[in-house]
Amino acid sequence: MRRDARTACLVFGLLTLCTGVLYPAVVTGLAALLLPRQASGSALQVDGVTVGSALVGQPFAAPAFFHGRPSATAARPYDALASSGSNFGPNHPALRERVAADAARWRAALGLDAAALLPVDLVTTSASGLDPHLTPAGARVQVARVAAARGADEAAVAACVEACVEPPALGLFGQPRVNVLRLNLLLERRVPRTR
Amino acid sequence: MGEAFEFRHAIEFVLLLLLVLAAAWPLGSAAARLLAPAAGPRPPVWRAPFAALAAALERPLGAAATQPMGWGAYARALLLFNAIGLVATFALQRAQGFLPFNPRGLPAVRWDTALCTAVSFVTNTNWQSYSGEVALSHLVQAGALCVQNFLSAATGIAAMAALARGLAGRGGEALGNAWSDLIAITVRLLLPLALALALLLVACGVPQTGRATLEATPLDRSAATAQSIALGPVASQVAIKQLGTNGGGFFNANSAHPLENPTPLSNLLEGVALLALPAGLVLAFGRLAGDRRHGRALLATMVLLFVPAALALVAAESHLPPPLALHGISAADGALEGKEVRFGAFESAWWGAATTAASNGSVNAMHDSFTPQGGLVALVLMQLGEVVFGGVGSGVYGMVLFVLVAVFVAALMVGRTPEYLGKKVEAHEMRLACVGLLAPALAVLLGTAVAAACPFGRASVANPEAHGFSELLYAFSSAANNNGSAFAGLAADQPAWNLLLALAMAIGRYAVLLPVLALAGSFASKRPAPPGPGTLPTHGALFVALLAAVVVLLGALTFVPALLLGPGVDHFALASEGVR
Repeated sequence: MRRDARTACLVFGLLTLCTGVLYPAVVTGLAALLLPRQASGSALQVDGVTVGSALVGQPFAAPAFFHGRPSATAARPYDALASSGSNFGPNHPALRERVAADAARWRAALGLDAAALLPVDLVTTSASGLDPHLTPAGARVQVARVAAARGADEAAVAACVEACVEPPALGLFGQPRVNVLRLNLLLERRVPRTR
Repeated sequence: MGEAFEFRHAIEFVLLLLLVLAAAWPLGSAAARLLAPAAGPRPPVWRAPFAALAAALERPLGAAATQPMGWGAYARALLLFNAIGLVATFALQRAQGFLPFNPRGLPAVRWDTALCTAVSFVTNTNWQSYSGEVALSHLVQAGALCVQNFLSAATGIAAMAALARGLAGRGGEALGNAWSDLIAITVRLLLPLALALALLLVACGVPQTGRATLEATPLDRSAATAQSIALGPVASQVAIKQLGTNGGGFFNANSAHPLENPTPLSNLLEGVALLALPAGLVLAFGRLAGDRRHGRALLATMVLLFVPAALALVAAESHLPPPLALHGISAADGALEGKEVRFGAFESAWWGAATTAASNGSVNAMHDSFTPQGGLVALVLMQLGEVVFGGVGSGVYGMVLFVLVAVFVAALMVGRTPEYLGKKVEAHEMRLACVGLLAPALAVLLGTAVAAACPFGRASVANPEAHGFSELLYAFSSAANNNGSAFAGLAADQPAWNLLLALAMAIGRYAVLLPVLALAGSFASKRPAPPGPGTLPTHGALFVALLAAVVVLLGALTFVPALLLGPGVDHFALASEGVR
């Protein structure tokens, strides 16, 4: 028994070295060498300032920007130090109240009447609270508001949206989507604010 | 199927299954070659460093790594190995405040959380009552949890190999050497796969760094003036948690987090990795037990059970739930609460089925927000005992327990002694199989009953009424079957939950693993008998149908009442919404 315990400790120690030290170190080293941008979080920079990660959503409030989905992270929306979903089941009364309030807010902000259908991503929170994307419909429905807030041509804003629509990979995997941060960065470059 | 289900999704469904099977085939033969004592052809060049590393690790063990073990010695070795892993994982969490690689200066993990997490990762469950990016240092993530991701997977695979050797044995006692098996599986099977997958994931955008955060100044400063984005050695951990049916995420949101699973391509890689190894090991079991057709029949049974379940889950999530439809919401994208846009309803639902069929438990959508039918499918797939693919190794040996019931039932019909792969199945074997089948089920139902009866249990649910009961049932179904996914609204990070679930996880692991090793020993000591006219062939359509029926019937008889109280009531409450 004692000899077994010694063997077990030895095997555990050796395998810990392989899988807990060697393995993460080799992956970190190779990643830093071959894929430094991805390995450090895919930062997006404008004029030397890091404005965010290309992969992680961030909050937008001004009407001149496209807004992402509502976020359920606890401390503040899009808290990338503590990812979280709402965990509301479809029957949860709080979900109904939140959806009703968000739907009314979107309708008012976008000038939509009660008969117009809202894209579902605009009134549902994502699993991570950090979803960087909108559905193409969720972006298109905001074009008129963004154009008006910028004092710009709707066609120019709509062209930015279409330029940012990513199709499913190989036509099969994933959903058509628009990265909100990339879209707003493109907008800032192409459609300067006149107001 | 629902508004969000398009034709291309049908193609994707078939393609995903084919990719899993295509990956399972070579993985199965590689694992079988590794675990069979016979000298095969020289390994290809790229495998040579891993073979050399394994040989170097065995050298200091001397004779301990070569002596054949009976079932008792084999079981003792695995238990000792897991016990040391438990102590180390617990101790590193408690000491993280004093240890290096803690860039955000996090304090020790509370004792009950640390204990639950240690049991969880040692038993290949990876239930997480903590939030990864909030609670754990890089040292604990890589040096404790990542290690157990490998070692708990290796433990399950080793037990599977021991069972196969027992069945293939010709009257001896030996089941192989546990130390040599653990080293070979970890270093020569899991390590190369994880290395390759980790680098592919980094290429997709999964971070791998020693830095704590990426600091950003957001574009719209009226909404936020700063954003800190948690980073760390993510890719190395995500790769093995997908391969080894572990499922414990680096981040709280697991594979729904955009840095843990950033693109449809990373989702494809992680999704296929999730099923490929457990499926491959079914084929490896057939080869090691000396009957490849049996391995293929077991895999066919699993696919037969998986496909309708996955279709049901996809159908459930492709509709907009009635309460949302009341507010003029478009139904075109299905149920998106708790789901990510890049995956949509289809890939979230497919993953939900795959991760509960396999005992992986990683998620790319929040299961608590699934529709009641969707949650029902996830619950059922776990409650069947994690035998539809199941855990690496443990899925096969769990399924073998059902096979013993199937051959027993078939033999009763013709009045003969049941046999399995040429070995007589007698009272002793049936008793062991019953313990392994019933212990997790008992832990699920008793645990849920205790939680529902006690104030702490009722107070910790996030959703009211029937869905709250589903949260309790899900927690114990997940823990006692070593899955690890959650209806995550449950406030499970408190001593009562941490201790109860740790107990459920330990029962779910060792009350199956130990009877299985005892079975292996018992089969090993029997001489093989030639099949007679009354023997049920353990391959072919009849066997597959009988086995699938046994799995479904046992599962249904045990859990239908509890399922009606949870997802059943929840569904009818939701369905009546449209009528009102």
